[in-house]
Amino acid sequence: MSAARKLACVVVLAVCAVSLAANWLAPAGYAKQFREVPNAPPSHQHLLGTDEIGRDRFARLLYGTRISLLLAPAAAFVSTVLAALVGGLAGYIGGTSLRLARGFTDLFLSLPWLFLLITVRAVLPLNVSPLVSVLITFLILGLLGWAASARVLSTSADALRNSDFVLQARASGSHGPRLFLIHVLPNLKPVLYAQFWISIPVFILSEANLGILGLGVAEPLPSWGSLLRELEGMISFRDEPWRLVPLVLLIIVMTSFQMLLSNEETA
Amino acid sequence: MLLYKIARHVAAIIALVLLGGLLSATLVRLAPGFDSDEHELDPGLSAESVRALRASRAGEHNILYFYADYLRAAAHGNLGTSHALGQPVQTLLRERWPVTARVAGIGLLLAWMLASTLAFSACLWPLPAYEFLGITLSGAFLCIPAAVLALISVILNAPGYLAIALIVFPKIYRYSRNLLSKAYAMPHITAARARGLGEIRILARHVLPVTGPQMIALAGVSVSIALGASIPVESLCGLPGIGQLAWQAALSRDLPLLVNLTVLVTLVTLLANSGADVMNYMLRPREL
Repeated sequence: MSAARKLACVVVLAVCAVSLAANWLAPAGYAKQFREVPNAPPSHQHLLGTDEIGRDRFARLLYGTRISLLLAPAAAFVSTVLAALVGGLAGYIGGTSLRLARGFTDLFLSLPWLFLLITVRAVLPLNVSPLVSVLITFLILGLLGWAASARVLSTSADALRNSDFVLQARASGSHGPRLFLIHVLPNLKPVLYAQFWISIPVFILSEANLGILGLGVAEPLPSWGSLLRELEGMISFRDEPWRLVPLVLLIIVMTSFQMLLSNEETA
Repeated sequence: MLLYKIARHVAAIIALVLLGGLLSATLVRLAPGFDSDEHELDPGLSAESVRALRASRAGEHNILYFYADYLRAAAHGNLGTSHALGQPVQTLLRERWPVTARVAGIGLLLAWMLASTLAFSACLWPLPAYEFLGITLSGAFLCIPAAVLALISVILNAPGYLAIALIVFPKIYRYSRNLLSKAYAMPHITAARARGLGEIRILARHVLPVTGPQMIALAGVSVSIALGASIPVESLCGLPGIGQLAWQAALSRDLPLLVNLTVLVTLVTLLANSGADVMNYMLRPREL
């Protein structure tokens, strides 16, 4: 592992650890309003100041980071499982199933990602509790984000189906689910892992976009999307630069992911 | 052969749009609250009027009937009425499409100019500064959500197409840079250099013919990226285009409008990709 990748790994782990310690670092919580100090600048009590209704920005950043960083991998897991089911199985079976799966995948990929996301999000109720909104947002990401991974997995599974060792396993009497589970699936693992890790930053960015557009996690629960929405009220970067901290943290985490994934993407 | 290829693309586009439309109609039909109509809450309406309102929507209960009705009306140029804006969808599309076409078009053009300038410069003059500039710029813009770039353009008073250009640029740069690097690493390029061929001649005669087809395919894909970027950019920069319309439709759960917009954008995306494919076919080297 190169030094840059090690550093990226440390950064991601450190940010995760700090966000998991939110309960101890910011015991007041993300929803408590300090009504006597709305829109306050950074101070000892409020490290990043308070928002327009007096909530501590530092606490909201920690809790928001926790939600985005924990649920994006969960959504990536859902999408990878779906991709393995659609792409992996179709590639393994081959023939008409593979053609049908690829047609369906192409249909999904031809829909612009953000258009698809906001259409499906709008189909579901918008006035829901914050917790339900979190589940809806990340489930949508997981359920709709499988297509690109499925395309890659179907190609890999198709190549494995025609490989020598699978042919030999077939000749030895192994077939059906046993052949898939024992011989094909373990060889698909590296592709599955790569697709899982590649999906995480994509989902983090998608959640941020949905949040800024008001279609993501509902108030008062914070997420990177809802925190970045505060930038909407900014007139100049010089006035309240501490409001840019969520964006800076997002850029640092995304850059770290890019450095970590640089080998996976080129593979 | 060319006509056959075009016909195949047209058939595929029609099939995908019909299938996409059916999926969208299914989503709309199954959406919570589909059966309810706020007009029924009007205390001025009699029980008979409410019954008549319900009867008028009775045909929408079966998804296939609902979709068949939608297609029949669409064939006559009637795409339905927007619930939220109270205007015919086709009027809204006619008014909004030119704005999106202009903003996304200029944004795409700028993105391609910036990406290809940096990618070609890094290959033609392999200086670390070009490489560093390209990687840093594309990496930075890849890490920023499209909506944040739109907000930054609002704060800096920059035009919306600049935000679209910066959203699309990193994807074009990274892909084209990789393509060019692989092409320049080929043995015949090294041989051409060893024989004293100029860089411009190598680029025009040996690199572009190799990378051209994939660049054209990338141009088709970049249309889809630009259209996707139009949602946050138009919504946050206050540009009255298709993207802003989609956002307004999503916030007010105006599903008929949203479905039409998604089908339209899918159609444009498919046309762009098919156009790129047909162009590649026309430009392919002919066998003697």
